[in-house]
Amino acid sequence: MNQSRRTFIKISSLGLGGVALSAPLFNWAKGAILSDELPKVAEQISRTPTYCEVCFWKCAGWVYKNDQGNIWKVIGNDEDPHCNGRLCPRGTGGVGMYYDEDRLKTPLIRKTIDGKQQFVEATWDEALDVVAENLNKIKEKHGPECVALFTHGSGGKLFGDLLKAFGSENITAPSFAQCRGPREVAFLATFGEIIASPERTDIRDTKCLVLIGSHLGENMHNGQVQEMSDAIDKGATIITVDPRFSTAASKSKYWLPIKPATDMGLLLAWIHEIINNEWYDKKYVDQYCYGFDELKAHVATFTPEWAYGITTIKPHIIRETAKEMFNASPAVIIHPGRHVTWYGDDTQRLRAVAILNALLGSWGRRGGYYNPEKKSLPEFPHPPYPKPKRTWRDAHPGKYNLALEVVSNDICDSTIPSPDRDCNFKGWIVNGTNLIFTLPNQKNTLEAIQNLEFMVVIDTMPMEITGYADVVLPECTYLERYDYCRNDQHREPNIALRMPATEPKYNSKPDWWMVKQLAKKMGLDDYFQWNNIEELLDWQLKQVGSSLEEMKKIGVKKFPREYDDLFFVDGQEIEFNTNTGKIELYSTELEAEGFDPMPVYTPHPEPQPGFYRLNYGRSPAHTFSRTANNPNLTDLLDENTLWVNPIVAREWDLKNGSEVWLENQDGVVSTFPIKVRVTERIRHDSVYMVHGFGHTEKQLSRSYGKGASDTELITNVMVDPVMGGTGMRGNFVTFRLENPHKKEEVVS
Amino acid sequence: MRYAMAVDTKKCVGCSDCVVACQIENSVPIGFCRDWIVEVTDGTYPQLELELRSERCNQCANSPCVRCCPTGASHYSDGGIVLVTANMCIGCGACIASCPYDARYPHPEGHVDKCTFCIHRVQKGQKPACVEVCPTKCLYFGDLDDPNSEVSNILKKRKYKTLIPEAGTDPQLYFLI
Repeated sequence: MNQSRRTFIKISSLGLGGVALSAPLFNWAKGAILSDELPKVAEQISRTPTYCEVCFWKCAGWVYKNDQGNIWKVIGNDEDPHCNGRLCPRGTGGVGMYYDEDRLKTPLIRKTIDGKQQFVEATWDEALDVVAENLNKIKEKHGPECVALFTHGSGGKLFGDLLKAFGSENITAPSFAQCRGPREVAFLATFGEIIASPERTDIRDTKCLVLIGSHLGENMHNGQVQEMSDAIDKGATIITVDPRFSTAASKSKYWLPIKPATDMGLLLAWIHEIINNEWYDKKYVDQYCYGFDELKAHVATFTPEWAYGITTIKPHIIRETAKEMFNASPAVIIHPGRHVTWYGDDTQRLRAVAILNALLGSWGRRGGYYNPEKKSLPEFPHPPYPKPKRTWRDAHPGKYNLALEVVSNDICDSTIPSPDRDCNFKGWIVNGTNLIFTLPNQKNTLEAIQNLEFMVVIDTMPMEITGYADVVLPECTYLERYDYCRNDQHREPNIALRMPATEPKYNSKPDWWMVKQLAKKMGLDDYFQWNNIEELLDWQLKQVGSSLEEMKKIGVKKFPREYDDLFFVDGQEIEFNTNTGKIELYSTELEAEGFDPMPVYTPHPEPQPGFYRLNYGRSPAHTFSRTANNPNLTDLLDENTLWVNPIVAREWDLKNGSEVWLENQDGVVSTFPIKVRVTERIRHDSVYMVHGFGHTEKQLSRSYGKGASDTELITNVMVDPVMGGTGMRGNFVTFRLENPHKKEEVVS
Repeated sequence: MRYAMAVDTKKCVGCSDCVVACQIENSVPIGFCRDWIVEVTDGTYPQLELELRSERCNQCANSPCVRCCPTGASHYSDGGIVLVTANMCIGCGACIASCPYDARYPHPEGHVDKCTFCIHRVQKGQKPACVEVCPTKCLYFGDLDDPNSEVSNILKKRKYKTLIPEAGTDPQLYFLI
């Protein structure tokens, strides 16, 4: 629509012609007494089932209302294997998403008034007309394949249906190339199956849990944290590899304070020790594995002494921990992690993790990895979707052939015109993901956005990405809507229902409604032959012997397993889904693509003097940047701090609470200062902060300017050549003690 | 009957779920809390120890807050739970000053507020909200006079400590170590 360069518009600066808001706002000011709108303690009068949308774990729960009929609290569903009746702090505080008075309240359209771009409040009909018209215009001019959908969240699935009906399969989630992609590609190459979510790790029955940079307990992946606690109760050995003394490290028998970026050295030494001492599961390896002899020869020189020089982990500790794994095997888990896009050789590092598990025979074994199963829900009947003429891969032929999902950063790159491509992305639909804080290298993201002909953003909150949209559509929160049922994998196949506990607040709408309306306006209604989502869900549920009526009463339904057993039976014949039909210690697939068939150690960049490696992680009270304004969760943690070792603090004269700006290796300076936390829990060569803070959108009244954003400092991106993942841990920062943004000018 | 709580510091990950669950269950105003997380780090890198504790009112059997309350608003209830009757409280703050655990706060409505062990739930046979929500199941609650209660059993099996025992308040919050 707007061909001129896109300026960032603050949601608060609305143009003329605005529609008056119908719903009253209330003051959630910190320390104030809660307004009348907030529920008081009361007897339950009703409960409705939901599954949580605050993170991807999607725990099922019950929404309780008070006697005024207002949403009061969300409690875990006892039957739900994701949460076992216990939500995490974010799920418990999920009600804050509903009550957040900074929510997007009505559709907005970018208009130029008096030469100034601004948002004008619009009716749904007007806004959806603009979306339909512009997407169809792109389709006509460039083809439907030039539209991409970025999504993270349940509503995205419905927009995915719309895009497929429209004629594009470019549906991407940052959860692949900015997060767990490398582990999925590595485990698929090794075992012929991916890890998927929730992770198929049998932590509750493990005897030894090895965490490599994975900070369970700080990343509040509910079921896994619960099972880690069970494992602690049962006396399991935990080994944590982390340059930071994480919460998990503090629960561990062994904490290996590794030099950052050298994990591969440790993994290869462990493989060496396990092979050299014949600590591997011989029967399992003989029967199921391919390439053992090649692996043995490959790791022959990777001794603990070799690794010591690289990792700073003492050889006897490497030996002892390898022995611990052997003693526990096959009930041992070398955990695949989740956010694993670190150094650009991540698929290979995760291959080393997969190989270790294979040698110890933990795949398919109790206390190791179980065989998950999920209940398929058939698609509501629709005519076959049109076959796209192009996919995202055509932008860079031959690149990232092993990527299992669409690479989000590649869509971004292919939006910026290049002479060697005849087609670029022209339209983005962005649903529930704040790309400004999600994709590294913000400059690149912003350049891509400037080259778009149209962008529509669907969100519940005025996240930074909304400021660049042509149309903003306010989605209602998960507590106010239906979505597709959750049917993730687990030990027992199961499904969970989300239904609205209340009417949508303000002028917000559920995704299914938006999609249905857009389908009508775009001439795609034939693909959506349901009238409302209740009809769609009821049809789907009836195909698996349930119904919407039943699910409203129980929330979660479990089904018997239909395929294999939870674990392999001893000696069972198994054909793995790899080229050789075996577990590939030596990867024929990687070799065929021109990559190392077995992992090798590559040194990564080191900090220059005065610079420190920027590490980042999670807080149990927040999910990425999306919860940073939630009133209940900001009450737990409203800004991040920069962890600094006392030796470094002395050198720079930093005290607890000192405010510093950070400057990275490319001269990028943080927009906001961050408070220093002087702690022994961090190595002297790195600093650490929780991701998701430092918001620049003023309308996020509780989170604007609180803490610093790690994303804006991640400008060195080391892309994994295997699957396109964005390695983000090769960035180094130094401290700026004075405000670097202050301007001093001679005026006369 | 003697209600008590045990907190397993070996399992607690300090996630604050107990805090937010309590705030919502008891309509604690934003900015205040009845329970909280304490993190104690000991040692120097890399020889370190970390203790995480979910803390709240210790429901002391010999409570300075009850003793010093001029109006009788602070009192012992069922099973030794220390409660504040809001409409009898004049907000003088003597109890806040007397508490060695800093477990009380001035509620914006003018009275003093604190953990009640969710007595409204306990009386119905439910557990306190913090215990019921805890993802690591590190909180144990029950009647110490009942030798078979969850809390009696865990205290028989495990080593434990109380906080500031030298204050002589006979605290009923036990930390498993």
